[in-house]
Amino acid sequence: MNDLYNKNQILKKTPLTPQVDQMDIYAPAIAKAAKPGQFIIFRTNEKGERIPLTIADTDPNTGSVTIVFQKIGAGTMALGDLNEGDCLLDFAGPLGVPSELPEAGRVAVIGGGLGCAIAYPQAKALNQRGVSVDLIAGFRTKEIIFWEDRMKNVCENLMITTDDGSYGFNGFVTQALEENIKNGADYALVIAIGPVPMMKAVSALTKQYGIKTIVSMNTIMIDGTGMCGGCRLTVGGQTKFACVDGPDFDGHLVDFDEVIRRNRNYTDNEKAAMRRREEHCRLLAEK
Amino acid sequence: MEEKIKINPALQKTPVAEQPPLVRNRNFEEVCLGYTEEEAKAEAARCLNCKNHPCTEGCPVNVKIPEFIALIAKGDFEAAYQKITETNALPAVCGRVCPQERQCESKCVRGIKGEPVAIGRLERFAADWHRANGKKAETAAAQNVKGKVAVIGSGPSGLACAGDLAANGYQVTVFEALHTAGGVLSYGIPEFRLPKAIVAEEIDALKAKGVTFELNTIIGRTITIDGLFEEGYKAVFVGSGAGLPSFMGIEGETLNGVYSANEFLTRVNLMKAYLRDYETPIIRHKNVVVVGGGNVAMDAARSAMRLGADNVYIVYRRGEEELPARKEEIHHAKEEQIDFRLLTNPVKILGDENGKVTGVECVRMELGEPDASGRRSPTEIKGSNFVIDADAVIMSIGTSPNPLIRTTTEGLQTNKRGCLIVKEDDGVTTTREGVFAGGDAVTGAATVILAMGAGKKAAKAIDDYLK
Repeated sequence: MNDLYNKNQILKKTPLTPQVDQMDIYAPAIAKAAKPGQFIIFRTNEKGERIPLTIADTDPNTGSVTIVFQKIGAGTMALGDLNEGDCLLDFAGPLGVPSELPEAGRVAVIGGGLGCAIAYPQAKALNQRGVSVDLIAGFRTKEIIFWEDRMKNVCENLMITTDDGSYGFNGFVTQALEENIKNGADYALVIAIGPVPMMKAVSALTKQYGIKTIVSMNTIMIDGTGMCGGCRLTVGGQTKFACVDGPDFDGHLVDFDEVIRRNRNYTDNEKAAMRRREEHCRLLAEK
Repeated sequence: MEEKIKINPALQKTPVAEQPPLVRNRNFEEVCLGYTEEEAKAEAARCLNCKNHPCTEGCPVNVKIPEFIALIAKGDFEAAYQKITETNALPAVCGRVCPQERQCESKCVRGIKGEPVAIGRLERFAADWHRANGKKAETAAAQNVKGKVAVIGSGPSGLACAGDLAANGYQVTVFEALHTAGGVLSYGIPEFRLPKAIVAEEIDALKAKGVTFELNTIIGRTITIDGLFEEGYKAVFVGSGAGLPSFMGIEGETLNGVYSANEFLTRVNLMKAYLRDYETPIIRHKNVVVVGGGNVAMDAARSAMRLGADNVYIVYRRGEEELPARKEEIHHAKEEQIDFRLLTNPVKILGDENGKVTGVECVRMELGEPDASGRRSPTEIKGSNFVIDADAVIMSIGTSPNPLIRTTTEGLQTNKRGCLIVKEDDGVTTTREGVFAGGDAVTGAATVILAMGAGKKAAKAIDDYLK
């Protein structure tokens, strides 16, 4: 091997907002194989969890895989503690079925918050094959907007929305989408990626207009290869595994309320893990 | 000079030390402590060393059983270990997890009147003695000259196949999807039955033989089988197991608190959720219903008890005689206060307004006449429904092969159950040139030793193919 970098080495770390970091990880096999919609699973240390993250971008030439994550739990905070040059203990993928993207027509790609990073590769792939892309990127407020320039480059129209009206369109992504539809945008497909309530709201809206809608389900999982079944969800009355049947599903068929409930299964454990981490950090600070 | 061993006439097996049931059901330390040298010699002396060796016939890898037992009787424990490893690469594992009562020990002549020789315990003794006192395997014994072979999956079949191929001079790379090698030995079978240090040592021994392990590599996703051939692998062995969990399809299976045994055991074993300093979340449920009667069900039930449950039930639709688990596991589970509800089948899982499990509605069953497979099929007793209060349900009703490899490889045919189709005459050659398979990926969920046997067969077939 004449590799310049070590396996799973962090090539670049870019803070995007106080809570969100971008990391480019050296993983040439994954960079070569990955397609839009697929995800990786990482672990930072021996005692850490296996955490799935959808791939935000890849560069097969440099062997780099881009992930964007919010430092929201003990595991993602541990990842955020790492710096350029450090290596992740494990980085496995690409997992999941690649998104089925159309070859022509007009598509609305909708990202919500962190989901914008995952909606980005879909928009990029569609744009590259000549599909007209309207990218609607929703954020809570102006301060947490990221990748505006990057997103602009992979679509025909970028529409940034903020819930509080501090930047761009004042309102939710659903309102922006409905405005476009009413203004005559004849979408062949809507791709919605973000918090489950957002995907639920988008799917409810597009159902009214009869527009096919794909959502990306990030449910609780361990292995990501079909082994644990923890990620199961109900789609059109059938049990599906998000890791091997998805993560993309028909938004009009997903039982979102069940997903929201199941994703809360370990809330108490997660709170305890955060308390342990805070305690640990406090002890370190005192030393 | 041949030392004559005096036959031990005892009708019962020499007892083996175990942790007391009500101590061990609250810890994850190994249950069985194994024979001392004296106990092993005494038990070995029960072997009649009969001429036609029925026990060896009963072993899927034909371990030279009377020969290794005679060596134990003589006190030459290292030689006994070496004798076993002539045909079995993982004696420390098999001594612990094989269903001996259905294999070697079922054929033992001593079993006609009294108990058979404790072959499993003796195998384990020899392996443990070697681990503690024996010489480490020499490093890189064979010079890798015969070309590259890829082994997919690092479970029992993959390890057995890789070991034999490496010993035969092939350059072997084992690809594992998870971050730890061992397959079911690592993620499935709990620490109290098979310490992970033993699995790690077996894998280190293979590394010493020159086998390379590529972890976190999902064949079909990170690279396909076609990709492996492009990279210069001359043959591929698929030992990807049967990892996809089945559910019953009854109401309430997506409630919070319903798990597949795979999920529950993976959290506990692979992700070490039972150790407080690991971040893996696990809920320490109080009343747990485990559905199923196999070894995996026993493992899940006993793990739930160790995590602090007050009541753990095994709910199984047939009777005691039909329980597919090893006798020893059933015995141990009962000692550990697992409550067996046999001839009982769940019909619905009950939940509260927050979607959390509150109980399992079951129905009593009765056994009819034996069906084509010889098993008596259970039927519901109408109106016998009742509820078991529970805050967790663990489904342990079987697994099927993962579709990832068959759906990403041209020319690899499977049957209705998703199992890879192999040639009848050798049992390991698939429908795709240069691709061989064995273990649960071919048979559906079975045992460690059968998978190892298939891995060894495949190693031979690959050698014939590449010659």
